[in-house]
Amino acid sequence: MSEMHQESSGSGDSFDLSQFYQIFFEEAGENLDLMEQMLLNLNLEAADDEELNGIFRCAHSVKGGAATFGFADVAELTHQMESLLDRLRRHELQPNPQMVDVLLESADVSRGLLARHQAGGAGDPLPTADLVRRISLLASGGMLTPEPAPLVQSDSQSKVLGATQKLTNASAPSGVAPAERSLAISIGPMDKPEQADAILELFRDIAGLGKIVASTSDREDTRVFAVETTSSDEDLLDLFEFHISRELVKIQTVPETGAVTPGDGQELSESSAIHAGLTSYADDPPPGAPLAPLPGFGFFDGSPGAPAAGATVVQPAAEQKTAVANPAARAAAPAAQTEAATIRVAISKVDQLINLVGELVITQAMLAQNSRALDPAVYQQMLVGLADLDRNTRDLQESVMSIRMIPMSIVFSRFPRMLRDLAGKLGKKVDFITQGEATELDKGLVEKITDPLTHLVRNSCDHGIEMPADRLAAGKPETGTITLSAAHQGGSIVIEVRDDGRGMSREKILNKARERGLSVSDQMPDSEVWQLIFAPGFSTAEVVTDVSGRGVGMDVVKRNITALNGTVEIDSAEGFGMKVSVRLPLTLAIMDGMSVGIGNEVYLLPLSSVIESFQVDANAVNTVGQGAQLVKVREEYMPVIEMEKLFQVPRFSAEKCNSIMVVIEADGSRVALLVDELLGQQQVVVKNLESNYRKVPNVSGATILGDGKVALILDTAALVRRSRH
Amino acid sequence: MGMMEQIEQLSTPAVREYLTFRLGDEEYGIDILKVQEIRGYEAPTRIAQAPAFIKGVTNLRGTIVPIVDLRLKLGCELAQYTASTVVVVLNLRSRIVGIVVDSVSDVMALPQDSLRPAPEVEGAIDRDAVLGLGALGERMLILLDIEKLMSGMDMALSSEIGLPAA
Repeated sequence: MSEMHQESSGSGDSFDLSQFYQIFFEEAGENLDLMEQMLLNLNLEAADDEELNGIFRCAHSVKGGAATFGFADVAELTHQMESLLDRLRRHELQPNPQMVDVLLESADVSRGLLARHQAGGAGDPLPTADLVRRISLLASGGMLTPEPAPLVQSDSQSKVLGATQKLTNASAPSGVAPAERSLAISIGPMDKPEQADAILELFRDIAGLGKIVASTSDREDTRVFAVETTSSDEDLLDLFEFHISRELVKIQTVPETGAVTPGDGQELSESSAIHAGLTSYADDPPPGAPLAPLPGFGFFDGSPGAPAAGATVVQPAAEQKTAVANPAARAAAPAAQTEAATIRVAISKVDQLINLVGELVITQAMLAQNSRALDPAVYQQMLVGLADLDRNTRDLQESVMSIRMIPMSIVFSRFPRMLRDLAGKLGKKVDFITQGEATELDKGLVEKITDPLTHLVRNSCDHGIEMPADRLAAGKPETGTITLSAAHQGGSIVIEVRDDGRGMSREKILNKARERGLSVSDQMPDSEVWQLIFAPGFSTAEVVTDVSGRGVGMDVVKRNITALNGTVEIDSAEGFGMKVSVRLPLTLAIMDGMSVGIGNEVYLLPLSSVIESFQVDANAVNTVGQGAQLVKVREEYMPVIEMEKLFQVPRFSAEKCNSIMVVIEADGSRVALLVDELLGQQQVVVKNLESNYRKVPNVSGATILGDGKVALILDTAALVRRSRH
Repeated sequence: MGMMEQIEQLSTPAVREYLTFRLGDEEYGIDILKVQEIRGYEAPTRIAQAPAFIKGVTNLRGTIVPIVDLRLKLGCELAQYTASTVVVVLNLRSRIVGIVVDSVSDVMALPQDSLRPAPEVEGAIDRDAVLGLGALGERMLILLDIEKLMSGMDMALSSEIGLPAA
C-alpha cells in the first residue's frame, strides 16, 4: 500500500495512473451493465425521465473515466452515446428501437474496447467508426437503413468459438470435407492432471469438433484421450491452449482405416496417404511415456512424415484460425490475472466480519484475564496456546480493519495528472494543492466520494479558473490554484474543493433558472441561489465540452453525497473563487485517539486536535468574573474546562485529583481540558451514537475499547465553542 | 393511521406470545417479536446529563446500544443490580434498545380476547402504552406496548423529539 501514497501536491508529472485502471475497469463494467439493464427495461412509448437520466449518467461516467485515463476510443464512442442520450432526456428526440439497438451495441463494443485496454492493448482493434456514424445519424434525428449489426463479442471464449466456426466455414467452400482422423492425445506431465479434463468440455461445447473418450494412462501425471476429429493438430493445440500449455500436449495419429470418412476418390486416397505416411509413429513409445520431441509434428512445414497432401486442404484455414485465435488467447491470460487480484465483496459482509472480530477480541481478552491466575508450570501448553491466540486475534483484527480503511490520498492522487491534462487542454495554468491526505476514510465512502470529487475538481478547472490572460487582467496571479483538503471535524469528515477562479455569477444562475422554469426570486439568499446548480441538467457553461458543461455533474454530486447522508455546501464570491464543502458523517472512520481518565471513566480525544498536555501548576490557574478559569500557558491565557464538572463524573475517592491539562485546538481557538490522567494513544473505530440513541452534547461519537467497554469521543469543536460563550 | 390499525388488527393472530418479566412486585408482558435477546446486566458507559433511567450505552457485538432501566422509569422503589438482573434487548423498528428488568419469568401465549382494558389509574406509564391487563390465575399481567413506551417524548431516546421514531 505504502508505495501508492504518493506525494500528491504539485502537478505530478511522473504520476502513474495505471494503479487506478483496475478500479476504472470495474466501475465502467458496472456502469455498462447497469446501462444495458436500463436500456432493456426502457419503455419506448413513455420513457421515464428518471430512467433516461440514469442511462445518460452511466454513459457520462464511463466517458469521464475513459477520458481521464486516456482511452480515446472508448471516450469517443461514449461521447457519441451521451450526445444521443442527452437529446433523448431533453425530449428533443423520441426513443425508438433502433436507438436502443445501437446503444446496446455500443455498450458491447465499449466493453470489448475496455477488455482490450485491460489486456494491455493486445488483440485486434475493434472498429468503431461505423457505430459512431450511426449514433450521430440517430442523434441528428435521422433513421438508419436496415443493415445487419456486426456481431461483436467481447468474451474471449466466444471468439474462439467464432473462430472455430470460421474454420469450418472456410474449409467447406473449398469443396472438400476434411477427413476424420483418429488421434491419441496425451497431456502431461503436470501437477494437476485433472486440469486436462477441461478439454473434454471443449469437445462437448464446440459442435462439430469431434468425439473424445478418456482412455487409461500408465502415468499418474498424464492424461490420455482418444479423439476422432476432422480438425488439424494445430487447431486442436490452439483450442487446448486455454487450459493447458502447448508444450504438454502430444498428438499422435492412430492408424485406423475404419475411422476414415469416405469422401470422393481423391480425398480417400489422400487420407490413405496420410496414414501411410504416419504408420511409423505407431511404433513410437506408448502414449504418456516421455516422448522425444517429434519433429514438426502437427505443423505443416513439410517435415518428414507430415501429412503433406491432406494438409494442403486445411492449411489456409489453419493459418486464418491462428491469426484470429492467438490474440484472443493472449488477451485472455492477463485478464484472468487482473481479475484474480481483487474481489468485490458486499460491504455488509465486511461489516459483519468487523463486528465478529471485535467480539473475538473481547472474548480473547477475557480468556487472557482469567488465565492469569493459572499456574504456568501446570498449564504451560494452554498458556502458550492463549498467547498464540492473543497474537493471532490482534493480527486478524488489524487485517480486517484494514480492509475498509484507506487514506484519502488514494482518491487525491487521482487528480494531479487529470488536472494537468485538463489544464493543458484548456490552456490554463493551475496549481494543485492537497491537504490532509492521511485522513483515513471508510472504503465504502471513498469509493462513493471519488466520482463527485472528480466532477467538482473538473468543474473548478473548467469553469472556475480563468484563462491566464483574464487572470492577469483581473489582477490575480497568472496561475490559478485548486485546493483539495480533507479533515475530520466534529464527528464528520469535511472534504473541500477550493479554487481562486472567477466564482459563480448570481445573475447568470438566476437567469438560467428562470429559463428552465424554476421558481426563483431576486431576493433569494446566496446560499439558496448556489443550491440551484444542483438541479438536473443545470449548467451555466456556454460550451458543452467533453470536460464538463452538460450540467450533469452537479446533480450527480448532490445525489451521491445525499445518498451517503452527507451535505454539500457552496460558498462563492464572484471574481474571487468558489468553495464546495462536502460533509460526510463518520459512519466508520478510524481515528487516532488519546484516551484520558476522568474519575473512573475513560474518554477519547481526537489526537489531531490535541496540542499539548502538562501537569497543572496551581499558581497558573486564575479565575475571572463568575469563576471562569483561565490558565497561563507560555504568556497566553486559555480558558479551562473542568471535564469532571461538565460530564458530571461521580467521584468515589478523594485521592485522585484533577492534575493534567490537555490543550486542544479546534476551529482556530484553543482550550485547556482539566482531566485526571492520560491513559495512552490508540486507533479507534468511530461509532455512531445516533443510530440507536441520540446526539449527546459535547460528544461526537463512541468507540469500543479493548476491554469491550464503550468510551465516548469528545467533540472538540463543541468544547471550544462552549468556552467562547 | 386508521387504515394501518385496521390492517394490523386484521393481520393480528388471535393468540399472541408475550415475554413476561418482573419489575418490583409487578409483572409485565411485552410482545415477544420485539425482543432480540436477553443478556445479563453489565454496567454500561454513563452518559452525562442524561435522565437517571438512561443508564448509559453498552457494546452489543460492535453496536452501541442505550440501556434504559425500566424500574427507574416506572418509579419502582428499589432498583438493585444483582446476579439475576437482566437486560432485555429490544429491536424497535430500526433501533436497538436494552431495558433493565428485575428478572425474566416466561414466554406465554395469551388469546387477544382474554385481555381486559386497563382502568384509568394515575401512574408512571402513559395510558397509551398499556395494551391491557391479562389474568394469570391469581396474578395480574400488565401488557405493554413497548414500542410506544420507548418512543415516548420523555424517554429522550431519540433526537427527533415529537416525531415518530424512524
